[in-house]
Amino acid sequence: MGRKVAVVGTGQTYHRSHRPDVTSREMIREAVTSALADADLKIKDIDAVVIGNMDHFESINYVDTYSIEGSGAFMKPIMKVSTGGTTGATVAIAAYYHAASGLFDRVLAVGFEKNSESDTTGAIITCSDPIWDRFSYSGAIPSLATEATAYMEQYGATQEDAALVGERDRNHALNNPYAHLQRPLTVKDIMASPMLAYPIKLGDICPRSDGACAMILAADGIAQKTASRPAWFKAVSVRHTYTWFGDSTDYNKGLVSMQQASQEAYARAGIRSPVDELDVAELYLPYTWAGLKWIEDLGLCGRGEAARFVGDKNTHMGGKLPINPSGGVISTNCIGATAMLRVAEAAIQVMGKGGKRQVPEAKNALATGFGGCFWTDVVILSSERP
Amino acid sequence: MSADNQKPERLEATFAFPMLYEWSIGLYGSRFFQEIMNNKRFIGIKCPGCGKIYVPPRRVCGPCFKELTELVPLSDTGVLTAFSVVNYPFIDPNTGSRRPIPYTYGYIQLDGADNIFSHIINETDLSRIKVGMKVRAVFKDRAEMKGNIEDIKYFELIR
Ligand SMILES: [Zn+2]
Repeated sequence: MGRKVAVVGTGQTYHRSHRPDVTSREMIREAVTSALADADLKIKDIDAVVIGNMDHFESINYVDTYSIEGSGAFMKPIMKVSTGGTTGATVAIAAYYHAASGLFDRVLAVGFEKNSESDTTGAIITCSDPIWDRFSYSGAIPSLATEATAYMEQYGATQEDAALVGERDRNHALNNPYAHLQRPLTVKDIMASPMLAYPIKLGDICPRSDGACAMILAADGIAQKTASRPAWFKAVSVRHTYTWFGDSTDYNKGLVSMQQASQEAYARAGIRSPVDELDVAELYLPYTWAGLKWIEDLGLCGRGEAARFVGDKNTHMGGKLPINPSGGVISTNCIGATAMLRVAEAAIQVMGKGGKRQVPEAKNALATGFGGCFWTDVVILSSERP
Repeated sequence: MSADNQKPERLEATFAFPMLYEWSIGLYGSRFFQEIMNNKRFIGIKCPGCGKIYVPPRRVCGPCFKELTELVPLSDTGVLTAFSVVNYPFIDPNTGSRRPIPYTYGYIQLDGADNIFSHIINETDLSRIKVGMKVRAVFKDRAEMKGNIEDIKYFELIR
């Protein structure tokens, strides 16, 4: 059995569509410096580093060595982990394994992306299988859109139901000084925005952002001395299942990777009724329908009930289970950092450092990562040492 | 040399040469395309553990972790389980130029198969296409076939 581990500090950049003022190394440095300051540590206190972004997006292959001037990993063990959209959460989980193993006491985790320096859609298309999928695949938007058409047909959910998720997250972003898109968007605005790939409109989908996120994890005994209220890892779960889209898209079953990962994490964390026992959720919802369908896959409400559950404001700030106080992925999407931002924002809530976006007395927080070929990572953090 | 920080001329390098790779798609992957070329039909493969029939055929059932050997013929018809009409311009990394839009990306459950097959549907009018519709594969003429996924021209809706 591994050691218990907690998040003791987080840092992130002020996310923008384009950061011509910095290189990605300098962007990483901003996040790392701010995480060290948050934990009141110096770079010399860090024993190992785990870093990741989307493989080859900015044409950088050796991200671990390339990033050293930004990450501060000079003469330290560093490992690159890259798992598509889930990368940021997988990096956080790998950093957790590092500390839990007993080999390293304080571990720095970094996720970043400078989307302005890559052709995001082209790069995502090359992630698909060249023989079977690439000819018809056109990036993240249409493959998500297919899920939306199946969901609407199955449960009668409407485009307006989904747009409310976008309105919610974009409103929440106004409380987050780091969020990329800080202009509120209403259901009406989303419905009137241009159709990109039916039924996804411009207002339904995440932006491309430049940004970085860093987290510092510490092992039991050190975590308590470093942070007054550390965010303990209660459970992690990873489901990177298939690599062909057709294997992952049986919509009668739902998003199986998310169902399995969340069930496993709840069981490990001793959670029986997630909607009652969790206080806040930071979910990787890259488009609005995910805020309906996937909360069903996470067991936060019953099948086909999400439109009513969200419509009754259960997931807005002040509701039963606030989702994405940070504004979520629909407001900020620096891809390699996106899933880590979910874990970091969950930690911020548990540590009580959320400022205007703080959910009062948040004890248990759920974070998810999504990506690859409909894959899921789940992290559950708690103020209570497990 | 002046040390003035004048805006320099932007230099660009474009790599326009083909990069040649060989890519093995495995025994059953090749059989799948040969069946289309020779017989204009689909084949799948059956798992001896769970009984699931996969298309395209592959050598291992992930959940059972069993080797698959039993090829089974499949119908050229199926059900449209999900779709999207792609409406935004983008550069196709396969060709280096813009892929023609709009086009419809669809997930098809072929009759007799248990998983989903992705391809394009020749209908972009939203009032004429619906999840749950029956579809049929339309193949290229034999002379035009190259043994790849585009030997299937598209799936058409059966009304
Ligand atoms: Zn099987």
